[in-house]
Amino acid sequence: MAKKKSTSRANAESMASKQREISVSEFFAKNRHLLGFDNPRKALLTTIKEAVDNALDACEEAEILPDIEVKIEELEAPPSPTKPGRYKVTITDNGPGIVRRQVENIFGKLLYGSKFHRLKMSRGQQGIGISAAGMYGLMTTGKPMVIHTKPNKKKPAHHIELAMDTSKNQPEVSVDIETDDFPETSTGTGTMVAIELEARFQRGKTSVEAYLEQTAIANPHTKITFIPPDKASEDPTLEAGDEAKSEQGESEIVRTAEYADRIEYPRTINELPTETQEIKPHPYGVELGSFLGKLKTTEEKQLASFFKNEFCRVTPAVVKQITDAASTKGKTFSGQTWIKNIDSAAAEKIYKALQNTKLRSPPTDCLAPIGVRQMLAGMLKGVQAEFYTASTRNPAVYRGNPFQIEAAVAYGGDLPGDQPARVIRFANRVPLLYQQSACCAFKSVTDTSWRNYNMSQPRGGAPVGPIVIMIHMASVWVPFTSESKEAIADYDEIRKEMKLALQDCGRKLGQYIRRRQKMKREGERRDIFERYIGEISRACNALTGTDTQELYDALLKQAKRRTEIADAQLDEEGKFVKDEHGRLAKDEDVIIVKDGAIASENAPVDQQAEAKPAKRSSKKKVAKKKVVKKVRKKKATEKASLFEG
Amino acid sequence: MAKKKTTKKPSGKKRTKKSIEASRKSRDVKTAKALEGLAEGIVKSALSGREPKMDVPTRSAGNTKWNKSKGILQMGSAAQERQLFNMGQARKFMQTLLHGQGINKLIDQEKTLSLRGMYYSGLHTIQGTKEKTFNDQTESDGILEDLEVSIGALREELHVFAKKRGTMVGNITVIDSGDTIDCRKMGSGGYAIPSICEPDVIQFENVEADFVLHVEKDTVWQRFNEDKFWRTHNCILTEGSGQPPRGVRRMLHRLNKEHGLPIICLLDCDPWGHYIYSVIKQGSISLAFESERLAIPDAKFLGIRAKDYEACGLSDDVKIDLNDRDKTRAKQIAEYPWFADRKQWQKEIQTMLRNGFKMEVESLITKDISYVTETYVPERLAAEDWIS
Repeated sequence: MAKKKSTSRANAESMASKQREISVSEFFAKNRHLLGFDNPRKALLTTIKEAVDNALDACEEAEILPDIEVKIEELEAPPSPTKPGRYKVTITDNGPGIVRRQVENIFGKLLYGSKFHRLKMSRGQQGIGISAAGMYGLMTTGKPMVIHTKPNKKKPAHHIELAMDTSKNQPEVSVDIETDDFPETSTGTGTMVAIELEARFQRGKTSVEAYLEQTAIANPHTKITFIPPDKASEDPTLEAGDEAKSEQGESEIVRTAEYADRIEYPRTINELPTETQEIKPHPYGVELGSFLGKLKTTEEKQLASFFKNEFCRVTPAVVKQITDAASTKGKTFSGQTWIKNIDSAAAEKIYKALQNTKLRSPPTDCLAPIGVRQMLAGMLKGVQAEFYTASTRNPAVYRGNPFQIEAAVAYGGDLPGDQPARVIRFANRVPLLYQQSACCAFKSVTDTSWRNYNMSQPRGGAPVGPIVIMIHMASVWVPFTSESKEAIADYDEIRKEMKLALQDCGRKLGQYIRRRQKMKREGERRDIFERYIGEISRACNALTGTDTQELYDALLKQAKRRTEIADAQLDEEGKFVKDEHGRLAKDEDVIIVKDGAIASENAPVDQQAEAKPAKRSSKKKVAKKKVVKKVRKKKATEKASLFEG
Repeated sequence: MAKKKTTKKPSGKKRTKKSIEASRKSRDVKTAKALEGLAEGIVKSALSGREPKMDVPTRSAGNTKWNKSKGILQMGSAAQERQLFNMGQARKFMQTLLHGQGINKLIDQEKTLSLRGMYYSGLHTIQGTKEKTFNDQTESDGILEDLEVSIGALREELHVFAKKRGTMVGNITVIDSGDTIDCRKMGSGGYAIPSICEPDVIQFENVEADFVLHVEKDTVWQRFNEDKFWRTHNCILTEGSGQPPRGVRRMLHRLNKEHGLPIICLLDCDPWGHYIYSVIKQGSISLAFESERLAIPDAKFLGIRAKDYEACGLSDDVKIDLNDRDKTRAKQIAEYPWFADRKQWQKEIQTMLRNGFKMEVESLITKDISYVTETYVPERLAAEDWIS
């Protein structure tokens, strides 16, 4: 402002005329990259991501197994590779629906939501997502968001078209009718959001497809149907590919399937994640400013009840410790101290005492990890490998926020063997697609020394080999590095837990790789022995006159006996671990797949009987696909079969 | 002269021939039995479900013992088990039996084969694979040596011979497989010492020479032969093309043991030459089991000596710098137990190391073409200036 030397100096009055409130929506309209709308490709992804996240959160809260359909229609193809095209995105869920009066607030207002004010594990946090997507659509195409929602299965659905006035942070409804035109959902209720926007549709690492695939992995209880633009117009040329995929579908491993008109990520677990509890903030996670704020706004009258009701883990005994520690000669505090009598200097003292007092960790029932079994099911669905293992750590705490780390590893099979590991990261079950190298999860992968687990690893990099590594952080408050929620901040406590989870998986993996190598060696050994036995028998025959065949048989018998560990491998083309020899496959946190089948104790008897002759028919591909699965009953709550659905 | 000899021989030859034939037969029977025994053990273990294995005495420096009283190297008692069901040994196990079979056939047919011949005789592709029974001759040679030590038979007894190397000329007549060879009339090429010099193949007659002069290589030998050194000094002139093969060593051994001829060596002044002398004198590590038949503990080392650079007034040009490997090797040789207590040798090696250069026998040519035959060797012989 000092630069404005031109005509007349600005005075306080003239400046005041220019000073006005900036609406949040205006701010974000200008800074849309903060929300993940930096470029057309990312805008498309972010839009879908916000809608899907909201749908999943809503379904889970209403205890509905989510069915979600994502449809992308291309209205105008991008005129050139550098320019965006025009797309219409429609996301349909079978959730509880939204009551009419809340529609405007949810879709038309930034920073409006149920999630910001509470400490509860959920996908969305700030409540800017879907409305920002609508705003982006409105800005780039001028088209309002079209919302169909049916909160009551007996009543018609609402059809609402809604645009947002960015200057007022207020929604403007242009159409508001009741309609019977609502897709049938399993629940009879649901919401369908359609947004038109300028975007670019692409496949690849940071595409919508990758996001949905990873969402399906972290949410095995969700069924997602994806209709990309090329399939939205039912291309019959894809018919052939359809058949190939459907053949795979015969195997009892439920995998992602591609059809002519859609890609389907099936549900592999019929259990909703455990419902999480809302918690009160833990004092260690509260900063002085917000502590003062709480003091001001609280309805409590005295310190003891203030601590009891506004925070967790501050028991009366702890309150006494705190007040004693904060007391000085001149001024003493106790649980009975009146809040209104506490000035800011005193509050600071109390705050410091609070931070220096030893407190119990926050409760952890606020966390819902994906779970070992669920992660395995998810990985099995999305990643074609031969070895899967997963690990869930116990909850831990950073800055007073409880969190829990989980990791899973898929290895071998069809995965490319000469590339660095694919690391898929999740925060509260939401895939993180961007800013991999800035993310704590990725750093923990490069930090772990995978060479201990028989993987090759370049210095300071991710391991190289046929491996997919999944890391999930569940927390009431995931510390993202930015508003667009792309990378987890690098807290020591988090990194440590991640590494421990990875090491857990790594140990299992190393064991498997070593065993596989051993079998390979044993197989090679037998090969060599068998190769020489013929020569030896003939030579001995020439020297001693012993019958060649008799000697050959005797030696062959010995060779087989001495290399019997290799049997499993020889029979099964070196990929399958024979259960009798390996504790590994019996562990519940490990799945080993061969020829599209899983190994199991719980398999029906006839299937095992079938499996045996198949094993004996050495080296030939087992024609019939079997599903077998092993579960060691570690926790009584865990049910036996993975595929009971 | 040759005629005279042929007429002379028949009587004596026939006698020996018979006994020779008999001894050979009995040796063949013994070898065949040993081979059969080896295979028998394997068959027995195999049929009774035990691990088939054989013992192969270890041919390594570690298993070589210095027999001070005899003055030769001998093989220790250490043996390695060779098992079929062991990744590292399976192939060798198979190869050993394959060669056992091959040798059995040779004995049967009363034929001999060269090392290379044995390689080919055992060579084929293993049924149903692309693997060859032997990758190269080296592999096959090693197996034959293993076989020698494990059944306690000599290579000759296995009907196997090496490529011949080494030449001989001098005042002696040799009967080789019944043919009389007068080594006085061998022209410029000399008599090629066969690989098998056992008494049943080679017999000596008219041994007039007083001693044997063994030189390191052919080029030096040519010099001596052209100057008819053997005639003027009444000796036998041999050459071993570097490290002498078994045939040459056996020949020298027999001349020394059966006819009491001193063996005098003229070798290069370098660790290589020193080691050739060591092998002639004490036997080698890899053939330690044959030292009794090959080593000549009283062999003498005439030259080239480290002092000769000054003693003969040689020019600077003949110096060849010792490289690091030479130095290491020289120190290693000096530390061998059979050199350790030889003051003369310690001094010799120290002098060479101090000089920092080595010299070849040919360096004497810088003095005069025939300096070595007319001056150097005669003078040293006269003065008995040698070390041992």
